[in-house]
Amino acid sequence: MIKNIYAWLDERLGFDDMYKMLLDRPEPHGNWWNTLGSASLFLFIMQGVTGIFLTVYYTPSPDHAYDSIQYIMNGVAFGWLIRGMHHWGASLMVLVVFIHMLRTFFSASYKYPRELTWIAGSVLFLLTLGMGFTGYLLPFNQRAYWATVVATNIGGVVPGAGPFILRALRGGSDVSALTLSRFFSAHIWGLPLILAAVIGLHLYLIMRHGESAYPDADD
Amino acid sequence: MASSHRISRRDFVKVVTATLSGIMGAAMGIPIISYLIDPALKVQSSEAWIPLGSLEGFPVGSPKAFSFTRSNINGWEKTVNSYGGFILVKSGGDILALSNRCTHLSCSVNWDEGREEYVCPCHDAQFDIEGEVNAGPPPHALDQFETKVEEGNLFVHFPAVKAHEG
Repeated sequence: MIKNIYAWLDERLGFDDMYKMLLDRPEPHGNWWNTLGSASLFLFIMQGVTGIFLTVYYTPSPDHAYDSIQYIMNGVAFGWLIRGMHHWGASLMVLVVFIHMLRTFFSASYKYPRELTWIAGSVLFLLTLGMGFTGYLLPFNQRAYWATVVATNIGGVVPGAGPFILRALRGGSDVSALTLSRFFSAHIWGLPLILAAVIGLHLYLIMRHGESAYPDADD
Repeated sequence: MASSHRISRRDFVKVVTATLSGIMGAAMGIPIISYLIDPALKVQSSEAWIPLGSLEGFPVGSPKAFSFTRSNINGWEKTVNSYGGFILVKSGGDILALSNRCTHLSCSVNWDEGREEYVCPCHDAQFDIEGEVNAGPPPHALDQFETKVEEGNLFVHFPAVKAHEG
């Protein structure tokens, strides 16, 4: 019965072909360093899932952001776990993505024909930092507030366009309710959508070119 | 395939995978479901005995207004609501505690000394000294608070309840 249902679906959707194409690819001999890309993808999905759950209680307003997080931590069952996973997962994701980039660099995997994979990966690294930057403000405690004051000031020293960049980042001249809501919006909509799209491109390129073998004496 | 008493390596791996997946699924599923339904599991009781001070402070035979506030915490949000009513100490010693909330649209009624009536400013509803409807749109009598006296002090029980019929 189940086999019949599977066969019917497979004939139309092509699970077996997809499996062969996505997961049953020939791989060069690798090691644990080659798993960091999958680890990054897993962390991205985990951040997405825990982030969605956090928005059930989190409120992006200066009056309530801090209180709503206190409520998540102390009032909601397993809120500490969901937020803890999101909090530590964020640091871990930056770390894992960065080590993944170092591995790619040292194994020379960025060379022809994988230049675009490398460029997409660099964009993914910057987007990951952007997620960290925007997410850091959301607890709206003293540390978050002043970190954002300092970090947006960095944007403000760009020659010429600096003052405009500063106001665009903050949504005005000060870190305010507008800053919090635009960081929240970027954190849950803009950046994740771009991240997901570039991850799609990155994965497509990896499937198209296959994974690179480590250079040996002949290279 | 495996014979009846021996399990093949392939089947063993399947069973172990299914078991571990089940454990991991529960380890993730239980916190997530608890997290989502948590507020639905908490029923907060707002019932309380509200102290109104010494019973001697309430005159016999004429209603005297009282008021109090109750705070309500939903998650991280605290709201404070005001409530009020009238205490009527009857000559026999019985105490009647009426809510001042008009049963029509919840405006606050006032005791009109001259007319011997509670009058609602919104739609001119009138209640008698016992809280029964004299005139106007209200569907039923004013709500009542349960009362108790302890060591000479008067308490009313929050929330007010619908007056008994008849």
